[in-house]
Amino acid sequence: MHELGVVFHIADSVEKIAKENEAEHIRKVVLEIGEVSTVIPEYLIDVWNWNCKRTEMLLDCELVVEKINAVTFCQSCEKNYPTVKYGKTCPYCGSEETYLLTGNEVNIKEIEVD
Amino acid sequence: MNNYRVIEVKQSVFEDNNKDAEKLRSQMKEEKTLLINLMSAPGSGKTTTLTKLIENLKTDMKIGVMEADIDSDVDAETISYTGAKVIQLHTGGMCHLDAEMTRQGVRELGTEGLDLVVLENVGNLVCPAEFDTGAGLNMMILSVPEGHDKPLKYPLMFEVCSAMIINKTDVLPYFDFDMKKVEEFAKKRNPNIRLFPISAKTGEGIDELSAFIREKVKEWKN
Repeated sequence: MHELGVVFHIADSVEKIAKENEAEHIRKVVLEIGEVSTVIPEYLIDVWNWNCKRTEMLLDCELVVEKINAVTFCQSCEKNYPTVKYGKTCPYCGSEETYLLTGNEVNIKEIEVD
Repeated sequence: MNNYRVIEVKQSVFEDNNKDAEKLRSQMKEEKTLLINLMSAPGSGKTTTLTKLIENLKTDMKIGVMEADIDSDVDAETISYTGAKVIQLHTGGMCHLDAEMTRQGVRELGTEGLDLVVLENVGNLVCPAEFDTGAGLNMMILSVPEGHDKPLKYPLMFEVCSAMIINKTDVLPYFDFDMKKVEEFAKKRNPNIRLFPISAKTGEGIDELSAFIREKVKEWKN
Protein backbone atom coordinates (compact mmCIF):
# COMPACT_ATOMS: atom_id res chain seq x y z
CA MET A 1 0.00 0.00 0.00
CA HIS A 2 2.51 2.51 -1.24
CA GLU A 3 -0.11 5.22 -1.76
CA LEU A 4 -0.90 5.35 1.96
CA GLY A 5 2.59 6.61 2.81
CA VAL A 6 2.56 9.06 -0.08
CA VAL A 7 -0.83 10.45 1.03
CA PHE A 8 0.43 10.99 4.59
CA HIS A 9 3.44 12.90 3.21
CA ILE A 10 1.26 15.07 0.98
CA ALA A 11 -1.21 15.76 3.82
CA ASP A 12 1.61 16.74 6.22
CA SER A 13 3.23 19.03 3.64
CA VAL A 14 0.08 20.85 2.55
CA GLU A 15 -1.16 21.31 6.12
CA LYS A 16 2.20 22.85 7.03
CA ILE A 17 2.08 25.18 4.02
CA ALA A 18 -1.52 26.18 4.74
CA LYS A 19 -0.68 27.02 8.36
CA GLU A 20 2.33 29.07 7.24
CA ASN A 21 -0.07 31.02 5.00
CA GLU A 22 -2.60 31.41 7.81
CA ALA A 23 -5.28 29.46 6.00
CA GLU A 24 -7.95 27.53 7.87
CA HIS A 25 -8.97 25.05 5.26
CA ILE A 26 -7.55 23.48 2.10
CA ARG A 27 -10.15 23.00 -0.63
CA LYS A 28 -7.99 21.63 -3.40
CA VAL A 29 -4.52 20.14 -3.91
CA VAL A 30 -2.98 19.88 -7.37
CA LEU A 31 -0.27 17.26 -7.88
CA GLU A 32 2.02 16.56 -10.79
CA ILE A 33 2.68 12.85 -11.16
CA GLY A 34 5.15 11.38 -13.62
CA GLU A 35 4.09 8.43 -15.76
CA VAL A 36 6.82 6.20 -14.31
CA SER A 37 6.68 7.46 -10.72
CA THR A 38 5.21 4.18 -9.31
CA VAL A 39 2.28 6.15 -7.86
CA ILE A 40 -1.09 5.15 -9.28
CA PRO A 41 -3.37 8.22 -9.37
CA GLU A 42 -6.65 6.27 -8.93
CA TYR A 43 -5.39 4.54 -5.77
CA LEU A 44 -3.90 7.76 -4.51
CA ILE A 45 -7.23 9.60 -4.82
CA ASP A 46 -9.08 6.77 -3.02
CA VAL A 47 -6.66 6.89 -0.10
CA TRP A 48 -6.69 10.69 -0.16
CA ASN A 49 -10.49 10.83 0.18
CA TRP A 50 -10.35 8.44 3.12
CA ASN A 51 -7.60 10.48 4.81
CA CYS A 52 -9.42 13.83 4.31
CA LYS A 53 -12.21 12.70 6.62
CA ARG A 54 -9.72 12.60 9.47
CA THR A 55 -8.89 16.33 9.80
CA GLU A 56 -10.90 19.53 9.61
CA MET A 57 -8.20 21.24 7.60
CA LEU A 58 -8.63 18.75 4.76
CA LEU A 59 -12.37 18.05 4.99
CA ASP A 60 -13.78 17.50 1.46
CA CYS A 61 -10.48 18.60 -0.07
CA GLU A 62 -10.26 17.64 -3.73
CA LEU A 63 -7.09 16.02 -5.09
CA VAL A 64 -6.34 16.79 -8.74
CA VAL A 65 -3.62 14.89 -10.57
CA GLU A 66 -1.83 16.30 -13.61
CA LYS A 67 0.20 13.77 -15.56
CA ILE A 68 3.83 14.41 -16.57
CA ASN A 69 4.98 12.43 -19.61
CA ALA A 70 8.03 10.24 -19.17
CA VAL A 71 10.87 11.19 -21.54
CA THR A 72 14.26 9.48 -21.78
CA PHE A 73 17.45 10.98 -23.23
CA CYS A 74 19.91 8.86 -25.22
CA GLN A 75 23.56 9.76 -24.56
CA SER A 76 24.75 7.99 -27.71
CA CYS A 77 22.61 9.71 -30.36
CA GLU A 78 21.43 12.62 -28.17
CA LYS A 79 17.75 12.17 -28.99
CA ASN A 80 14.74 12.13 -26.67
CA TYR A 81 12.13 9.38 -26.79
CA PRO A 82 8.99 8.32 -24.85
CA THR A 83 10.00 6.08 -21.93
CA VAL A 84 6.77 4.12 -21.51
CA LYS A 85 6.92 2.75 -25.05
CA TYR A 86 10.65 2.01 -25.35
CA GLY A 87 12.05 1.69 -21.80
CA LYS A 88 15.84 1.82 -21.31
CA THR A 89 16.74 1.09 -24.95
CA CYS A 90 16.89 3.96 -27.47
CA PRO A 91 14.52 3.28 -30.42
CA TYR A 92 16.75 5.32 -32.80
CA CYS A 93 20.18 3.74 -32.26
CA GLY A 94 19.61 0.78 -29.90
CA SER A 95 21.90 2.19 -27.21
CA GLU A 96 21.26 1.49 -23.52
CA GLU A 97 23.28 4.53 -22.42
CA THR A 98 20.13 6.43 -21.57
CA TYR A 99 18.67 8.30 -18.64
CA LEU A 100 15.26 9.56 -17.58
CA LEU A 101 14.69 13.30 -18.18
CA THR A 102 11.17 13.59 -16.77
CA GLY A 103 8.50 11.18 -15.56
CA ASN A 104 9.39 10.11 -12.00
CA GLU A 105 8.04 13.26 -10.31
CA VAL A 106 5.55 13.30 -7.46
CA ASN A 107 5.20 17.05 -6.93
CA ILE A 108 2.75 19.24 -5.09
CA LYS A 109 2.09 21.93 -7.68
CA GLU A 110 -0.32 24.22 -5.85
CA ILE A 111 -3.05 24.31 -3.24
CA GLU A 112 -6.28 26.28 -2.94
CA VAL A 113 -7.13 27.51 0.53
CA ASP A 114 -9.88 29.48 2.25
CA MET B 1 -19.00 33.35 -1.93
CA ASN B 2 -15.83 32.05 -3.53
CA ASN B 3 -13.25 33.59 -1.31
CA TYR B 4 -10.18 31.48 -1.77
CA ARG B 5 -6.48 31.80 -2.56
CA VAL B 6 -4.16 29.67 -4.65
CA ILE B 7 -0.73 29.02 -3.16
CA GLU B 8 1.97 27.86 -5.54
CA VAL B 9 3.95 25.10 -3.87
CA LYS B 10 6.15 23.39 -6.47
CA GLN B 11 7.82 20.89 -4.20
CA SER B 12 8.42 17.19 -4.38
CA VAL B 13 6.31 15.04 -2.06
CA PHE B 14 9.58 13.42 -0.98
CA GLU B 15 11.28 16.74 -0.16
CA ASP B 16 10.31 16.85 3.52
CA ASN B 17 11.30 13.21 3.92
CA ASN B 18 14.67 13.86 2.27
CA LYS B 19 15.31 16.74 4.69
CA ASP B 20 14.35 14.59 7.70
CA ALA B 21 16.64 11.85 6.37
CA GLU B 22 19.62 14.22 6.06
CA LYS B 23 19.04 15.44 9.61
CA LEU B 24 18.96 11.91 11.00
CA ARG B 25 22.08 10.95 9.00
CA SER B 26 24.11 13.83 10.43
CA GLN B 27 22.85 13.05 13.95
CA MET B 28 23.97 9.41 13.60
CA LYS B 29 27.31 10.55 12.16
CA GLU B 30 27.88 12.79 15.18
CA GLU B 31 26.99 9.95 17.52
CA LYS B 32 29.35 7.66 15.54
CA THR B 33 26.65 5.03 15.07
CA LEU B 34 26.33 3.52 11.60
CA LEU B 35 22.72 2.94 10.61
CA ILE B 36 22.27 0.28 7.93
CA ASN B 37 18.97 0.05 6.08
CA LEU B 38 18.57 -3.60 5.08
CA MET B 39 15.97 -4.23 2.39
CA SER B 40 14.71 -7.22 0.43
CA ALA B 41 11.61 -9.07 -0.70
CA PRO B 42 9.75 -11.13 1.95
CA GLY B 43 11.38 -14.47 2.63
CA SER B 44 14.84 -13.67 1.25
CA GLY B 45 16.41 -14.34 4.65
CA LYS B 46 16.95 -10.89 6.19
CA THR B 47 16.46 -12.07 9.78
CA THR B 48 18.51 -15.26 9.38
CA THR B 49 21.34 -13.32 7.71
CA LEU B 50 21.23 -10.73 10.46
CA THR B 51 21.39 -13.42 13.15
CA LYS B 52 24.56 -14.87 11.57
CA LEU B 53 26.11 -11.42 11.16
CA ILE B 54 25.44 -10.46 14.78
CA GLU B 55 27.04 -13.71 16.02
CA ASN B 56 30.12 -12.84 13.96
CA LEU B 57 30.32 -9.13 14.84
CA LYS B 58 29.11 -8.92 18.44
CA THR B 59 32.53 -9.47 20.01
CA ASP B 60 33.96 -6.34 18.32
CA MET B 61 31.01 -3.96 18.42
CA LYS B 62 27.76 -3.06 20.13
CA ILE B 63 24.79 -3.76 17.86
CA GLY B 64 21.16 -2.69 17.84
CA VAL B 65 18.37 -3.89 15.56
CA MET B 66 15.07 -2.31 14.54
CA GLU B 67 12.65 -4.80 13.03
CA ALA B 68 10.01 -3.17 10.86
CA ASP B 69 6.91 -5.07 9.86
CA ILE B 70 3.29 -4.37 9.20
CA ASP B 71 2.40 -6.64 12.11
CA SER B 72 3.77 -9.27 14.59
CA ASP B 73 7.01 -9.42 16.53
CA VAL B 74 8.37 -12.80 15.42
CA ASP B 75 11.51 -11.24 13.92
CA ALA B 76 12.32 -9.18 17.01
CA GLU B 77 11.99 -12.31 19.12
CA THR B 78 14.39 -14.23 16.84
CA ILE B 79 16.94 -11.42 16.99
CA SER B 80 16.62 -11.07 20.79
CA TYR B 81 18.21 -14.54 21.19
CA THR B 82 21.48 -13.16 19.74
CA GLY B 83 21.80 -10.77 22.68
CA ALA B 84 21.59 -7.67 20.43
CA LYS B 85 19.46 -4.74 21.56
CA VAL B 86 16.24 -4.98 19.55
CA ILE B 87 12.87 -3.29 19.06
CA GLN B 88 9.95 -4.08 16.82
CA LEU B 89 8.39 -1.25 14.80
CA HIS B 90 4.92 -1.56 13.32
CA THR B 91 4.25 0.47 10.21
CA GLY B 92 0.46 0.40 10.60
CA GLY B 93 -0.23 -1.00 7.15
CA MET B 94 2.46 0.92 5.31
CA CYS B 95 4.79 -0.82 2.92
CA HIS B 96 7.95 1.03 3.91
CA LEU B 97 9.61 3.12 6.61
CA ASP B 98 10.26 6.82 6.14
CA ALA B 99 12.82 9.02 7.87
CA GLU B 100 10.45 10.22 10.60
CA MET B 101 9.44 6.66 11.55
CA THR B 102 13.11 5.67 11.54
CA ARG B 103 13.97 8.61 13.80
CA GLN B 104 11.25 7.54 16.25
CA GLY B 105 12.64 4.01 16.17
CA VAL B 106 16.17 5.25 16.82
CA ARG B 107 14.90 7.20 19.83
CA GLU B 108 12.93 4.28 21.18
CA LEU B 109 15.83 1.85 20.73
CA GLY B 110 18.29 4.23 22.39
CA THR B 111 21.35 4.15 20.13
CA GLU B 112 23.84 5.81 22.48
CA GLY B 113 27.01 3.76 22.70
CA LEU B 114 26.00 1.50 19.81
CA ASP B 115 28.47 1.11 16.93
CA LEU B 116 25.99 -0.38 14.50
CA VAL B 117 22.22 -0.25 14.14
CA VAL B 118 20.50 -2.35 11.50
CA LEU B 119 17.06 -1.36 10.34
CA GLU B 120 15.33 -4.38 8.86
CA ASN B 121 12.89 -2.70 6.50
CA VAL B 122 9.50 -4.09 5.45
CA GLY B 123 9.90 -6.97 2.98
CA ASN B 124 9.32 -5.26 -0.37
CA LEU B 125 11.55 -4.41 -3.34
CA VAL B 126 9.55 -1.38 -4.48
CA CYS B 127 8.51 1.21 -1.90
CA PRO B 128 11.40 1.12 0.61
CA ALA B 129 13.75 2.15 -2.21
CA GLU B 130 11.82 5.39 -2.70
CA PHE B 131 11.98 6.65 0.86
CA ASP B 132 15.35 7.71 2.26
CA THR B 133 15.36 6.50 5.88
CA GLY B 134 18.42 8.51 6.90
CA ALA B 135 20.63 5.42 6.98
CA GLY B 136 24.37 5.76 6.34
CA LEU B 137 24.40 2.62 4.23
CA ASN B 138 21.74 0.86 2.17
CA MET B 139 22.05 -2.87 1.58
CA MET B 140 19.71 -5.36 -0.02
CA ILE B 141 19.37 -9.13 -0.13
CA LEU B 142 18.36 -11.04 -3.22
CA SER B 143 17.90 -14.75 -2.66
CA VAL B 144 18.62 -17.38 -5.30
CA PRO B 145 14.99 -18.62 -5.70
CA GLU B 146 13.87 -15.07 -6.63
CA GLY B 147 15.87 -15.20 -9.87
CA HIS B 148 18.72 -13.21 -11.42
CA ASP B 149 16.43 -10.88 -13.38
CA LYS B 150 15.33 -8.79 -10.36
CA PRO B 151 17.76 -5.88 -10.99
CA LEU B 152 15.98 -5.38 -14.32
CA LYS B 153 12.52 -5.46 -12.75
CA TYR B 154 13.17 -3.33 -9.66
CA PRO B 155 15.94 -0.99 -10.86
CA LEU B 156 15.60 1.68 -8.14
CA MET B 157 16.31 -0.80 -5.33
CA PHE B 158 19.64 -1.71 -6.96
CA GLU B 159 20.48 1.95 -7.66
CA VAL B 160 20.12 3.05 -4.03
CA CYS B 161 22.07 0.15 -2.48
CA SER B 162 25.85 0.03 -1.95
CA ALA B 163 25.84 -3.70 -1.39
CA MET B 164 23.82 -6.60 -2.69
CA ILE B 165 23.86 -9.84 -0.71
CA ILE B 166 22.98 -12.92 -2.72
CA ASN B 167 21.58 -15.33 -0.17
CA LYS B 168 20.77 -19.05 -0.28
CA THR B 169 23.75 -20.01 -2.46
CA ASP B 170 23.36 -23.53 -0.99
CA VAL B 171 20.35 -24.09 -3.27
CA LEU B 172 22.12 -22.86 -6.45
CA PRO B 173 22.22 -26.39 -7.97
CA TYR B 174 18.41 -26.52 -7.97
CA PHE B 175 17.71 -23.17 -9.65
CA ASP B 176 18.59 -21.55 -12.98
CA PHE B 177 20.14 -18.60 -11.18
CA ASP B 178 23.01 -17.07 -13.19
CA MET B 179 25.63 -15.36 -10.99
CA LYS B 180 27.30 -13.64 -13.95
CA LYS B 181 24.01 -12.27 -15.24
CA VAL B 182 22.87 -10.96 -11.87
CA GLU B 183 26.16 -9.08 -11.55
CA GLU B 184 25.86 -7.70 -15.07
CA PHE B 185 22.25 -6.57 -14.52
CA ALA B 186 22.95 -5.01 -11.12
CA LYS B 187 26.06 -3.17 -12.33
CA LYS B 188 24.15 -1.79 -15.28
CA ARG B 189 21.93 0.00 -12.73
CA ASN B 190 24.71 0.77 -10.29
CA PRO B 191 28.36 0.30 -11.38
CA ASN B 192 29.61 0.67 -7.77
CA ILE B 193 27.41 -1.97 -6.15
CA ARG B 194 29.34 -4.66 -4.17
CA LEU B 195 28.19 -8.27 -4.41
CA PHE B 196 28.34 -10.76 -1.52
CA PRO B 197 27.21 -14.32 -2.28
CA ILE B 198 26.32 -15.98 1.02
CA SER B 199 24.35 -18.80 2.56
CA ALA B 200 22.93 -17.72 5.90
CA LYS B 201 22.10 -21.38 6.48
CA THR B 202 25.58 -22.89 5.99
CA GLY B 203 27.53 -19.75 6.92
CA GLU B 204 29.25 -19.48 3.53
CA GLY B 205 30.35 -15.92 2.74
CA ILE B 206 29.37 -14.53 6.16
CA ASP B 207 33.03 -13.76 7.02
CA GLU B 208 33.48 -11.63 3.87
CA LEU B 209 30.24 -9.77 4.54
CA SER B 210 31.20 -9.21 8.19
CA ALA B 211 34.56 -7.79 7.08
CA PHE B 212 32.77 -5.34 4.78
CA ILE B 213 30.49 -4.17 7.61
CA ARG B 214 33.44 -3.85 10.03
CA GLU B 215 35.19 -1.65 7.48
CA LYS B 216 32.06 0.51 7.00
CA VAL B 217 31.55 0.92 10.77
CA LYS B 218 35.19 2.06 11.05
CA GLU B 219 34.82 4.51 8.13
CA TRP B 220 31.66 5.97 9.69
CA LYS B 221 33.52 6.85 12.90
CA ASN B 222 36.16 8.90 11.05
